[in-house]
Amino acid sequence: MALLELDGLQVSYGAIQALRGVSLEVHEGEIVTLIGANGAGKSTTLNTISGLLRPHRGTVRLEGHDLTLVPPHGIVARGVVQVPEGRRIFGRLSVLENLQLGAFTQRSSHAIREGIAHAFALFPRLQERAGQLAGTLSGGEQQMLAIARALMARPRILLLDEPSMGLAPVLVEQIFEAVRRINREGTTILLVEQNAVMALETAQRGYVLETGAVVLQGPAADLQANPEVRRAYLGQ
Amino acid sequence: MFGGAAVYLCLVGIVETFSRRWVIADVVSLGHVVLLAVGAGAGYVATMSHGEFARRRGPLAALAAGALVGASPAALLVGGAAIDLRVMFINASPQLYQILALGHAPAAAVPLLVALGAAAGLAGWALAAMAPRARRTLLSGLVVVLIVGIFQDLLQLLLQGPAVVTAVRGAVFTVDGPSAGGAAALCVLTWAVLAARGRYDGALRRATASLSPGAQRGLQALRWALVVGLLLIVPIAGGPFVAQVMVLVGLYILMGLGLNLEVGFAGLLDLGFVAFFAIGAYTVALLTSRGEHGIAHWSFWAAVPAAMAVSLVAGILFGIPVLRVRGDYLAIATLGLGEIVRLLVLSDALRPWLGGSFGIVLIPKPRIDGWELSGPRELYYLTLVASGFIAYVAWRLQDSPLGRAWMAIREDEDVAEAIGISLVTTKLLAYGLGGAMGGVGGAIFAVLVGSVFPQSFSLLISINVLVLIILGGLGSLWGVVVGALVLVGLPELLREFGDYRFLVYGIVLVVMMLFRPEGLLPAAAQRRELHAVDDVPAGEPASAIAVSGAGSAEA
Repeated sequence: MALLELDGLQVSYGAIQALRGVSLEVHEGEIVTLIGANGAGKSTTLNTISGLLRPHRGTVRLEGHDLTLVPPHGIVARGVVQVPEGRRIFGRLSVLENLQLGAFTQRSSHAIREGIAHAFALFPRLQERAGQLAGTLSGGEQQMLAIARALMARPRILLLDEPSMGLAPVLVEQIFEAVRRINREGTTILLVEQNAVMALETAQRGYVLETGAVVLQGPAADLQANPEVRRAYLGQ
Repeated sequence: MFGGAAVYLCLVGIVETFSRRWVIADVVSLGHVVLLAVGAGAGYVATMSHGEFARRRGPLAALAAGALVGASPAALLVGGAAIDLRVMFINASPQLYQILALGHAPAAAVPLLVALGAAAGLAGWALAAMAPRARRTLLSGLVVVLIVGIFQDLLQLLLQGPAVVTAVRGAVFTVDGPSAGGAAALCVLTWAVLAARGRYDGALRRATASLSPGAQRGLQALRWALVVGLLLIVPIAGGPFVAQVMVLVGLYILMGLGLNLEVGFAGLLDLGFVAFFAIGAYTVALLTSRGEHGIAHWSFWAAVPAAMAVSLVAGILFGIPVLRVRGDYLAIATLGLGEIVRLLVLSDALRPWLGGSFGIVLIPKPRIDGWELSGPRELYYLTLVASGFIAYVAWRLQDSPLGRAWMAIREDEDVAEAIGISLVTTKLLAYGLGGAMGGVGGAIFAVLVGSVFPQSFSLLISINVLVLIILGGLGSLWGVVVGALVLVGLPELLREFGDYRFLVYGIVLVVMMLFRPEGLLPAAAQRRELHAVDDVPAGEPASAIAVSGAGSAEA
């Protein structure tokens, strides 16, 4: 059984239909990417999984359990955690405070300490700046913090929304390296990206979204080779 | 500009009113202080406006600016003698001219005023040219003298009793006010204390830090014992009037703590907070009143938990409709909800139960074993215990998981939701617990006055409470205390200055928001937001303002 399964998801913003029946599967231990142009419905899909948006038709299932009616905090508690688009760190709080808030669903202080140690091992830069205000970090460091904060909730599946947005290529490389490492350590990842080159290099499988529907899917290597994808998303 | 300000202050009557108060008996009155401060301010600004040239041209510019300020009331003096200004300005009275003339004939007073203005301007230059630390020390001494002058009645009242205390009073005060010698002594004493602190502060800190943890805890306990002891003797030393004022301050502290929970901790703006105060008061009134509207004849002690419970539920109900409302819209929505409560208790439809505009009367005072807490002193202790308890609860909440959840939704609601915080529960608890705290204030208010009327629960109270927590520092518990003391306590103690205190109140608010927007005792996050990135020293923004005001300063 798939870890996460979306079935015929339809979502509207008022009269505008953003998702027109999206179905996809993410299996335990995978990195799956969702690529597509602006406005294709990538972020809408993630926000629906994490419960911030409600589908008017279709279901989201985690190991077969329907999540559609679970409130957002309940979904986090079940191990589905989203790193929001545009980083959205708590700028007026310190790096450490951001991490502590990320562990809001964790009740044992031992687990929180362990989580912080893990975050610092993953991103040594954050340890150097633990006491600094998150708002004063560079864009790349803020993205690292946003990912580390989400990991504090000990997710089974991490939803990443455009982690490369607005970052220099060298930083994008670092972020994706961290994503691969998080995956190797046992966290399943659903990655939404506009940077299709990086996304398809990192993921095992991928889905291509166009105006609210999945138009292509398959192993990342196949998609990389697909002439349509090459022309539309890889700029070749 | 400053000359105009000096004349304005004379003509609106501030100088005359303030002149009744001697800062140094028979030598300097508060009116003089105001005028001299305007002169020094002109000199300060004139110097700062010259920036790098301050060395050479600064003193001259300051001298000229001060002289201009001095010349303005002088011109008023001459002009006032020639034409009768009272047709337009009722405050342009013979007394004013007498004050301005400093007891001399008008002809002699004119050069004297100009000279004094110039001297004040030069003093302003000296202040501007001084090292910031020396300036702070110098000004602190003068401010202490000023404060002692303003609060002399109160201080004289406090300094009664043992011979040692009366001796101190005799040394500083005469019948009319502080004596020249006493004032000088106070000033020098302040300088000495500040200088000593500057020298030994570091050493003292190191000494405290090197103490064993047990000793440090002991020191902490001693400090708390001192604070509690001081709070306990306030009404005994200050008399019933001070106690009455402090009860009022206490009520605002209770409301402030409640609203601070909503606005400061959780970032939920609320302009209808008075509703909870009203609900608490009406609950106690209904449950205890011996009049026609009383329904239960409970004792106050049984009614207070009920008032808390009712306002807690009210807070939750209040929160439900505004759960999805954010920002400016939230302010308007809460404003409406607050007004609804006031209109409900005022309405004729509910008059049979709530008394309409006639309110509920005959609320008995609380009793402990036959002893009635009737006077302001007794109620002061009641308020003290209540605010102490509520402050403790708020303090514990701040570091609890709930407190952290509030912090997260204050910083970013969407992200808070994404990290697993339930917005519904968290927000409703903020409104509910905040409301319960306001309800306790209302409960005490009901027994303090002995009756409740809808007119007591106007929008102005909501605004006052909001202003006091912003002034004190959003999210900071000590800020609430300081804000209530400054905003509620001071105006009550300064009643003799009549309506001018509201003018001063307004000026203080504007100045505060310009120079210290994070409040008097800010919470960490607030302070960092407003001062962390550039981390400017306190003097910096002042000079920026001064430069922008420079062009008009010399006019």
